[in-house]
Amino acid sequence: MAVKQLSIFVENKEGKLVTITDSIAEAGIDIRAMSVADTQDFGIFRLIVTDPEKAKEALESSGCFVSITKVVGVSIPDEPGSLAKIVHILARHNINIEYMYAFITVSKKFASVVLRVEDNDKAETILTENGIRLLEEKDIVSM
Amino acid sequence: MSAENIKKIQNEKLVKQVRYVYDNVEYYRRLMDEKGVKPDDIKGTEDLHKLPFVKKDDLREAYPYGLLATDIKNCVRIHSTSGTTGKRVVAFYTQNDVDMWEECCARAIVAAGGDKHDVCQVSYGYGLFTGGAGLHGGSHRVGCLTLPMSSGNTDRQIQFMMDLNATLLCCTPSYAAYIGETLKEKGIKPEDNKLKAGIFGAEPWTEEMRRNIENSLGIKAYDIYGLTEISGPGVAFECEEQSGMHINEDHFIAEIINPDTGEVLPLGSKGELVFTSLDKEAFPLLRYRTRDICILSREKCSCGRTFVKMTKPMGRSDDMMIIRGVNVFPSQIETVLLNCGYAPNYQIIVDRVNNTDTFDVHVEMREEDFSDIPNGITQREKQLQSAMKTMLGINPRVRLVAPKSIARSEGKAVRVIDKRKLID
Repeated sequence: MAVKQLSIFVENKEGKLVTITDSIAEAGIDIRAMSVADTQDFGIFRLIVTDPEKAKEALESSGCFVSITKVVGVSIPDEPGSLAKIVHILARHNINIEYMYAFITVSKKFASVVLRVEDNDKAETILTENGIRLLEEKDIVSM
Repeated sequence: MSAENIKKIQNEKLVKQVRYVYDNVEYYRRLMDEKGVKPDDIKGTEDLHKLPFVKKDDLREAYPYGLLATDIKNCVRIHSTSGTTGKRVVAFYTQNDVDMWEECCARAIVAAGGDKHDVCQVSYGYGLFTGGAGLHGGSHRVGCLTLPMSSGNTDRQIQFMMDLNATLLCCTPSYAAYIGETLKEKGIKPEDNKLKAGIFGAEPWTEEMRRNIENSLGIKAYDIYGLTEISGPGVAFECEEQSGMHINEDHFIAEIINPDTGEVLPLGSKGELVFTSLDKEAFPLLRYRTRDICILSREKCSCGRTFVKMTKPMGRSDDMMIIRGVNVFPSQIETVLLNCGYAPNYQIIVDRVNNTDTFDVHVEMREEDFSDIPNGITQREKQLQSAMKTMLGINPRVRLVAPKSIARSEGKAVRVIDKRKLID
């Protein structure tokens, strides 16, 4: 069920982001969401895209160091308290969130949240049991 | 050949070479006159210590023609050092010099198990660098089918290696390691190629690196030693025992000296290697200081060769870095990396900021080091850092960088970037 995220190693050097964004653009791939983790010396650029495999190939051929990470994607109503609800569920079950980021689609009825936890399967089972709708690859493409 | 016979040949040739150099090279005549030595004073190898040393500085000072011992009408070629330690040095060759050099390289190929049935892929750079020309000539002399690949274009190297069933590979050890990595990436197993041996030299490498190359290519890896000033690769070569390199003593005399005092040290002592050529015509050198630190040994070798053996250079009397007052050799960093399971793809960057030395080591990360969480990478950096601290006594700042992001030249890998201006 999990959604595939691209994790790209970005050295703190001029032009690195240009290479990354250019090769994704040239491959004709849409970026749905992104987040950046940074340290003093490097960053990790995380992307949810329409075609992660193809994007990985394009990035690698332009010399980028990329891996695909499985993350949990959920779809929640775009209204106050939605995010709080998920966080409560996970906290109740002692599931730690390594990082998370969210994005809103054109319809504006729903927001999507990407969660990185230690055990994807466990988190997905618990969220499903609590009536939360999980995102699949095909949802990302059709957004 | 017995040790006595070798000595006899050396004595005869040395007397002639000294006379020849004195008569034909003004620069040398001046050095000898200053020291009060005449050619007649040199009656054999026991008189060698009376001669003045020649250093790389002399070669630079005499650049380009100052040490040429014969008319250029007799010369057929030049080669030049890669300039890693400063201004270029140019060496000249007559046809006889080229023949002697190629003969030395042929001995290296034979010692690595090569014969006329072999397909020898020469992936040293061709051109001013002696690597390509030397092994190319040696391969011809042995009668191998020679693939004059030169360095670079690794995909093509691998294609020829596989399609033509190359059995011998000659290149720098860092390039051999790179070819090994690339084969692995392409899913070609060590047993899928026909290589049986490799002759690797022109840059320092460790025993750990040898094992790494032997495993990744499925071969035996032999060391070869030489320097452009003396002729090129093949001054010394490894035999099947793989425990030091036999020096071609019928063409070169080796001495070990104390690099500080110039005093000649007995066999078995660690010191700077000094060479005297015995039958060179264009660019003869007497007592040339190599700056390579090693040990000579005349213990009986199981291969049957009686030529003296030199250890792999244990460092250079001039590549030692002093960082925050501590002596650091790049080979120490390499050892730590290999012990920690990393390929020796690293770069040391030394600088001085606010009168304090900075010491950075960049290391290419492995696939498994990378994850979507920065913490994993910084953890591994800390592990490497503490392993280096243990080895060196000072703390470098270790940074993991993307795989293949450190320039791995097909010739010599640039291991150290010292931005400090410690020498004018």
